[in-house]
Amino acid sequence: MLDHLKEAFLEETRELLGQLEESLLELESDSSDEGLISKTFRILHTIKGSAGMFDYDEISRFTHDIENVFDLIRNGKIKADNHIITLTLRARDQIEKLLNNDGSSCSEETSEIVESFRKILLGFNEAGLPEKVKTCIVSEAVEESRTEDYLIKFKPSEGILKNGTNPLLLINELRDLGECYPCMLTNQIPPLETLEPEKCYLSWNIFLRTSRGIDSVKDVFIFVEDECELKVEVIEETGTPVGLNDCSREILDILSENSPNITRELKKLLSEKAKLPKTEKAALPANLKTEKCSDTGNAKSIKVGSEKLDYLVNLVGELVTVQARLSQISAQKNDPELILISEEVERLTCELRDNALNIRMVPIRSTFNRFKRLVRDLSQELGKKIDLFTEGEDTELDKNVIDKLNDPLVHLIRNSIDHGIEASDTRIACGKNETGSVTLSAGYAGSSVIIRITDDGAGLNREAIRKKAVEKGIITKESSLSDKELYNLIFAPGFSTAEKVSSISGRGVGMDVVKKTIESLRGNIEITSESGKGTTITLKLPLTLAIIEGLLVKISDEYFIIPLSAVEECIEMHRSEIQNENGMHLVKVRGELVPFIPLRERFNITGQSMEIEQVVITSNDGNKSSANSSKIGFVVDSVIGEHQTVIKSLGKFYKDADGFSGATILGDGTLALILDIPTLIKREEEMEKKLFQNR
Amino acid sequence: MIEELRQYLTFKLGEEVFALDVNQVREILDYIKITKVPQTPEYMCGVINLRGSVVPVIDMRLKFGLKKTEATVNTCIVVVEVNIESERTVLGALVDSVQEVFELEPGEIEAPPKIGTHLKTEFIKGMGKREEKFIIILDIDKIFSANELEILGSNAEINN
Repeated sequence: MLDHLKEAFLEETRELLGQLEESLLELESDSSDEGLISKTFRILHTIKGSAGMFDYDEISRFTHDIENVFDLIRNGKIKADNHIITLTLRARDQIEKLLNNDGSSCSEETSEIVESFRKILLGFNEAGLPEKVKTCIVSEAVEESRTEDYLIKFKPSEGILKNGTNPLLLINELRDLGECYPCMLTNQIPPLETLEPEKCYLSWNIFLRTSRGIDSVKDVFIFVEDECELKVEVIEETGTPVGLNDCSREILDILSENSPNITRELKKLLSEKAKLPKTEKAALPANLKTEKCSDTGNAKSIKVGSEKLDYLVNLVGELVTVQARLSQISAQKNDPELILISEEVERLTCELRDNALNIRMVPIRSTFNRFKRLVRDLSQELGKKIDLFTEGEDTELDKNVIDKLNDPLVHLIRNSIDHGIEASDTRIACGKNETGSVTLSAGYAGSSVIIRITDDGAGLNREAIRKKAVEKGIITKESSLSDKELYNLIFAPGFSTAEKVSSISGRGVGMDVVKKTIESLRGNIEITSESGKGTTITLKLPLTLAIIEGLLVKISDEYFIIPLSAVEECIEMHRSEIQNENGMHLVKVRGELVPFIPLRERFNITGQSMEIEQVVITSNDGNKSSANSSKIGFVVDSVIGEHQTVIKSLGKFYKDADGFSGATILGDGTLALILDIPTLIKREEEMEKKLFQNR
Repeated sequence: MIEELRQYLTFKLGEEVFALDVNQVREILDYIKITKVPQTPEYMCGVINLRGSVVPVIDMRLKFGLKKTEATVNTCIVVVEVNIESERTVLGALVDSVQEVFELEPGEIEAPPKIGTHLKTEFIKGMGKREEKFIIILDIDKIFSANELEILGSNAEINN
């Protein structure tokens, strides 16, 4: 099979599985919503159909049984209760597994789930309609046995074969519905020299006698409806059905003529055969149910491989660099014409950059939706009642950020549910609502995105954390810590709540890994908690990873970039002001003492420091410094200004060079290193600790 | 080991001439300003802007246990492609001067001697014979993957 088609199928099916999960969970809260039920059914049907087409027979067969159950639900014969939904969710996971296993290997779980579904069907068939056919557990057995004749005009679009759809399979599916007389029309086939073998020139007129109703007929075409012209017409509500065997020739003759009046002719034929020689009046259109499937609906969106987008963003990055150079040169030359062009280019580049970055933005909705399932499963497993609320699902983030965000969020939510939310009886005893709530919210704040996970559980236990931290030697018994510092201890490596290991928190991802992941995305994480009221974890993430706003600074002849998101303010510092007597690096900012790091010294840049230096004050909320302020200053020679920073990796060779998150190319072609503020601060702390110990 | 006719680029470190496979050389640049990345080992000179990409530069003299390179008019950056941990990486090698490109038949290349080259044999692809002189052909994939202390043999007295 063509690999890229298969790839598309896999991707599409995964998407469908996501939708399936979503609608199932919604269905759980409102089991009577017909729209949802038919949506679920439609998804199942599509999965079944396309799986069959790509030789994933296992999935196709498996889904068939589930589909049958949902057909019953759709017809209001049974109710979508909790049992069915749980079972379907399990089935969904199983389909996912089968997909990943290339569709083979029928595990025990598969057969067990199928068995459960069959039981539902059997149970229904026996209880509900005892007189009906027992041999067939298929849902259609419950339909009325009244037969109808249909004329189906099916004209696939020329490109249908490229999508891997085989029209013959559809016709075979029709055959399963009842007596079927397909007639292929070949008049559209062009002469050999202009014939393109990849195109489909055929169309069909099909006569079908079935008892399944018009919906079943349309269901057959459900996933090609955008790619064909389809007309389904009822020919007659036959009161006295005639045997079709003796007139099949005539039917096919009529079908192959493809005249505009096939319906009428067929009707005439059938009427004659039924020995009802009533002459036809032109009253036909009245009982002619015509349904034309739309073949319009142009694609509103296209799928593009993410590596193509990465390439685009890279190119735009280069362009931004070149444009900066152009601006610089045009400013030097002072030629009005050149300046005009340069400004035009600047405007366009800016727009192009924003647009290119925007393309990579995806709403966080799909990530949030995945957690609905997680919360549901966890709450069942732990026997806690939990509602998940989500806010701001439309908030958009760079796809790369979202992909990396999944695991940390899973961990944080698990933690909230496992350790945060109390058991129901405890909650009632505390006078809280029996059902716990976890709220996931996302929103913009400047050039960052804030994601909050809030639970209304017990809150963090300060004493337990302190005890644990002392035990692990992270802090000493005497050290006094603010609440914030104390909470931040749970991100320290090795600080695991191992005594509480359950199936849920035993995923091998510690909070320190969560913190590291968030920091690698140049974000930070913060906890606030109130005993008995709940805990809020706040993640602050940059909108994009490729281009940031930076502050360009200079030390001697070297340029550096400080991410603007970390910068609070810049102040001047005279050498006389430095309270450096005892090796203290502190500067007074409006009465507040702020520690600073002399970068010239740290980076071993030769030359004397200037009489007046600049201190760039950064605020780092996530850091657990020993001082009560989270502000840290960085001393540089001069501050040049804001700079659109295109981040370039320093590469494998410099992977050990922590303290720098990359480099960027300035307008004149020189390189500036981008400072990794949290790491620099951390290293400073470690250095001071060592000094302290040596004393 | 080496089967067909191949071209080699020779360069000088101090008075010694080394060679490397031309297939691994991308281009040769004149010495330009190198941006040092603070708090990294001295042999890692820093990074340069190579037409929009950031390329790290290594001081080959320091890598081979010689004194730090002093930039002269002959100083060059040889941009090479190497495999580090099976990943293709572009690197700049700072050398004293670049000499020439010459061809060698496989037969003209001998296995590295066990002793006498200051370098451990695993970093040498072979000894090329060139006008009655032997030139060390380097295995730069291995050289750049290794820690600089590992390269010098135990009998290294090339230092100063």
